Order: sequence, then structure tokens, then C-alpha cells
Amino acid sequence: MSSRRSSSSSSRASKPSDDEIKELVLKLQPLLPQLHHSRNAPVSASSILEETCSYIKRLHREVEDLSKRLSQLLDSAGITDVDEELIRTLLRH
Amino acid sequence: MNSPNPNSLKSRFTKGLVKALIRINKNHPRSSSSPSISSSPREIRRRYHKIKTAAYASMACAVGTRRAWSRALLWKIQNQACNGGVVRRSIGSSSHYSMKKIVEQNKINELRKVVPGGEGMDTWSLLEETAHYMKCLTTQVKVMSTIVEIYSPTT
Repeated sequence: MSSRRSSSSSSRASKPSDDEIKELVLKLQPLLPQLHHSRNAPVSASSILEETCSYIKRLHREVEDLSKRLSQLLDSAGITDVDEELIRTLLRH
Repeated sequence: MNSPNPNSLKSRFTKGLVKALIRINKNHPRSSSSPSISSSPREIRRRYHKIKTAAYASMACAVGTRRAWSRALLWKIQNQACNGGVVRRSIGSSSHYSMKKIVEQNKINELRKVVPGGEGMDTWSLLEETAHYMKCLTTQVKVMSTIVEIYSPTT
């Protein structure tokens, strides 16, 4: 995974136009599960931004929930060793 | 990113997270007098915080410093340990261009709040970082779900 920019703190030489910004927003659409099916119908940049926000918040909530469940499971799970088999199983999914 | 490449982001994240879980498990031993007694709710809560931090830290470490959001997250986690979670906030330069609709600008600002380091990014960088952050978060959730699945008691 190579980054196309050498330094993300470098400022752009020219101001990005509204259209360029909009292009970048539209690129987010394929990443969003809810909007994925309506790829053929025009989706506004505004709703993409909204959907992106709620999706990220949803993912944060899922991490919270999974962390809580893991905390309870660790009680009885007894993950004591880096099991290569475990890692392989996890990566297969 | 479904390849079993040992150097893939998913691989690095998974190994890091599992190691962290082992470490957390070791530091929270069950009562030695009776292993069948489960930890107190307080213990479980403390462990949950550690697990959550470990999940984000493992992902940020796997990504490394090549992304602004992972740098921001690493900085935040490292400094949380020292001074109780003071977050550096600088207002992003959103006035480099003109957005016709105020509504869209508000939504961009909402996005700033949920992406690590977003407050200090210009809009272009924010949108690029968001895409990458979303992908990594999705992987993080997927791997954690699988771990829960594996260790859940089968009913």
C-alpha cells in the first residue's frame, strides 16, 4: 500500500476546486455499505458525507461493543499464547 | 485485502491485537483460589477499556506513521497514558476554498470530529484520510468480530 503523497502535511500548490472536492467525496461512496446498492442513481455529495459520518460512528460503536464482549470472554477464554493456528483462522475470514 | 500475506495490514493488526489481548489477560488473572469465579464487574470494565485502546493502538501501529490519522491516534494514545487524555485541537483550515453550500461545510466539520486528527486537516486531506480510516476500521471490526466468534461459547 503506497501512499501517493510523500508528505501529508504539505499544502497543496493550488486550491482544490469545488469540483475536485466533490470528486473526492464521490469516491467515498463505494466504501459505504448503505449507499453501495444505489450506485447507479445519483447520490449527492451531501448525503455521502452524512452517510460517511454515521458509518464511522457506527463502526466506533461496534468496536465498543466488541471490546466489552471480549473483556467478558477473556475471563473464560484463556488466550495465553500466540497461537499460529488462531492467527491463521482469523486471517482466513 | 483477503490475501494471507503475512505483511498485510490485516496480518500486522491481527498479530498485534492478539499479543495485546494475551498481555491484558496475563495482567488480569482470575482469582487463583477458584478459577471458576469470574472477574468482578469493575475488572471487566477496566479490561474493556484496555482492550478498546489496544484495538485502536494495534491498528494505528499496523498503519504506522504514513497516515495523518494513524499519527494522530498514536499521539493521542501515547499522551493519554501521560496526562489523562488532553487532546490537541487546532482548527483545520477550511477557508482555502469556497463551498457554496453551508450545509456541506457543516457535514465536513462533523467528519472532522470522527476522524482522528481531523480537526487539524484541510478538507482535501480529511477526505483522503477518511477513506483510508474507514477501510482500516472495517478491518478492525471484522477481526474483532471473528475473535469474539471463536471464543464465544457454542450454544
